[in-house]
Amino acid sequence: MNMLVCIKQVPDTTEIRIDPVKNTLIRDGVPSIVNPFDAYALEIAARIKDTDPSSRIVVLSMGPEQAKNALKECLAVGGDKAYLVTDRCFGGSDTLATSYILSSAIKNLEKTEGKFDIIFCGKQAIDGDTAQVGPEIAEHLDLPQVTYAVEASAADGKVKVKKEVEEGFELIGVNMPCVVTVTKPSFDPRYPTIKSKMAANRAEIGVIICDDMPDIDRERIGLKGSPTKVKKTFTPPVKSGGVKIHEDSNEATAKKLFAMLVADGII
Amino acid sequence: MEAKTKDLWVFIETNDNGTAKNVGLELLAAGRALAEKQGGKLVGIVIGSAVDESVKAATAYGADTVIVVDGKEYEHYTTDAYCKAFYTLVEKYAPTSILIGATNNGRDLGPRLSCRLKTGLTADCTQLAIDEESGNVAWTRPAFGGNLMATILCPDNRPQIGTVRPGVFKKAAADEARKSEVIKEDIHVDAAEIRTALLEVIHEAAGELVDLEGAEIIVSGGRGVGGPEGFKPIRELAEVLGATVGASRAAVDAGWIGHSHQVGQTGKTVGPKLYIACGISGAIQHVAGMSSSKTIIAINKDETAPIFNVADYAIVGDLFEILPVLTAEIKKLKA
Ligand SMILES: Cc1cc2nc3c(=O)[nH]c(=O)nc-3n(C[C@H](O)[C@H](O)[C@H](O)COP(=O)(O)OP(=O)(O)OC[C@H]3O[C@@H](n4cnc5c(N)ncnc54)[C@H](O)[C@@H]3O)c2cc1C
Ligand SMILES: Nc1ncnc2c1ncn2[C@@H]1O[C@H](COP(=O)(O)O)[C@@H](O)[C@H]1O
Repeated sequence: MNMLVCIKQVPDTTEIRIDPVKNTLIRDGVPSIVNPFDAYALEIAARIKDTDPSSRIVVLSMGPEQAKNALKECLAVGGDKAYLVTDRCFGGSDTLATSYILSSAIKNLEKTEGKFDIIFCGKQAIDGDTAQVGPEIAEHLDLPQVTYAVEASAADGKVKVKKEVEEGFELIGVNMPCVVTVTKPSFDPRYPTIKSKMAANRAEIGVIICDDMPDIDRERIGLKGSPTKVKKTFTPPVKSGGVKIHEDSNEATAKKLFAMLVADGII
Repeated sequence: MEAKTKDLWVFIETNDNGTAKNVGLELLAAGRALAEKQGGKLVGIVIGSAVDESVKAATAYGADTVIVVDGKEYEHYTTDAYCKAFYTLVEKYAPTSILIGATNNGRDLGPRLSCRLKTGLTADCTQLAIDEESGNVAWTRPAFGGNLMATILCPDNRPQIGTVRPGVFKKAAADEARKSEVIKEDIHVDAAEIRTALLEVIHEAAGELVDLEGAEIIVSGGRGVGGPEGFKPIRELAEVLGATVGASRAAVDAGWIGHSHQVGQTGKTVGPKLYIACGISGAIQHVAGMSSSKTIIAINKDETAPIFNVADYAIVGDLFEILPVLTAEIKKLKA
């Protein structure tokens, strides 16, 4: 199996704090991590490789130079080769432009890496939470897609995906090549070993710049190629006027809560 | 694409039995105000199989026009069939805006459709308005796990599309006497064009349907419940309230309850009338999934727990002592 995993380097949103004075995000000192859903996607690819050791996993990221660190982390836990798509002119891209650039990069990569049987993405990146780039890559490449995967297996040109739906799960069959986006499975990504970490650190990361993609339409990248524009950002208003109930005993607290809920027409 | 009309479309997502999911009906209420400001009609888009009930519901909940694509191939949602049908409709009628519920299917369809149309999509919105300066839809959504809100415009491309969280908007009162113009469109998709196949439906536990998105009341437990048996008082309260049981990721990861109960960034996004969080600290990833609930009650023994920042009723105390009393009182009231 020839697999590609798209990974994004994101700030760890659990570490983000709000500046109480300026009401802005404090991003300084916030560690960068591999988007957790992408780490799950890589793990699912690695599990397919475990069952079919002739498989290969290429990891691809678009972002600034420092995203190489995220790619190296991926090489230590299953990735065989990593590429970074990076160029000034990609800055300001929204999801439509990002997915266009990534799909152009994928088409170019396939010339040297061979056709990808499965392209994995995370369900969403935890900075933007949009969940758009995966299905959009599928559309640009005219491939079938299965979203919200928690497990996947591949054999005989077919992929079977366990997909999360509102009511539980579905088992979906799809022919290769296809795009699969991954949500949280019931297992955790594997850990690197000291040996795999050292090898990953030494590994060469392929770099793809805009000029490497002769067919790319420069009208469709960066700010210019992005139909959506951010008008403003703000921190969510803190709920005020909540009542606190803390009586001398838990029983009294519960009774007071009950009385208030009845009085307020909640129950 | 240029818009040919000022109409606003609402995707009325259907169930396999042809009835409408709540979220589409909620979006008709949200879309009404936008459509009036845009000076166009409010149009419901119904795609499915044997969907008469959905067409009726779309009418009763406020659509001026309902465009219907009915066919066996749409009985169960597939990306390929729905995207083709929807794309064909947009090409023909060219509306100015489209609202889609941010369900699993909506978030599967939205990006695929917007990409085919080469237009912008704003995902998972929680507020909608018309930007006074430009007349565009102002789509507001959380980012960074709910730490930040962003308002997004799609000024130069049409249609402008957004997915909107279920439960954020409330349905209007149904008016069964309302009339709408119903347009039937014959769009068919060959079996060969549908590239995915449903092989099996796996429900987590037999008979256990966890419909958190559709729930009016949710009682959730977190690490504070201490173990699988700690969900007992949660379930008992849920039962007297007719509520659905939710959970934090900590409780799910510990294996105390199934993943389909998880609320939050990696679980379900919910917007019930009443959300009762028991023994949940209120990590941003949990809050991201439940902060649009109308009323929030939080029970936590730690006075400084961040969950209290979003709570309407902040109950400081031990859930194991508070819940049974509350449950008993409600039982008495309902008896
Ligand atoms: C990428 C990512 C995605 C995530 N997605 C989600 C998600 O979708 N949903 C989610 O929930 N989390 C998610 N998390 C995890 C999240 O950060 C928190 O770890 C988790 O929500 C904590 O769960 P908790 O509140 O139950 O546990 P804790 O934080 O341990 O809180 C337990 C609380 O219970 C209280 N308590 C203990 N005993 C009692 C008692 N007897 N009575 C009353 N109160 C008591 C304690 O005071 C404490 O506040 C995600 C994390 C990451 C990194
Ligand atoms: N800059 C990027 N580089 C590589 N992959 C990306 C990038 N942005 C998004 N993706 C992939 O698309 C998925 C969805 O991202 P998003 O639509 O931004 O929520 C992520 O989980 C990644 O797999």
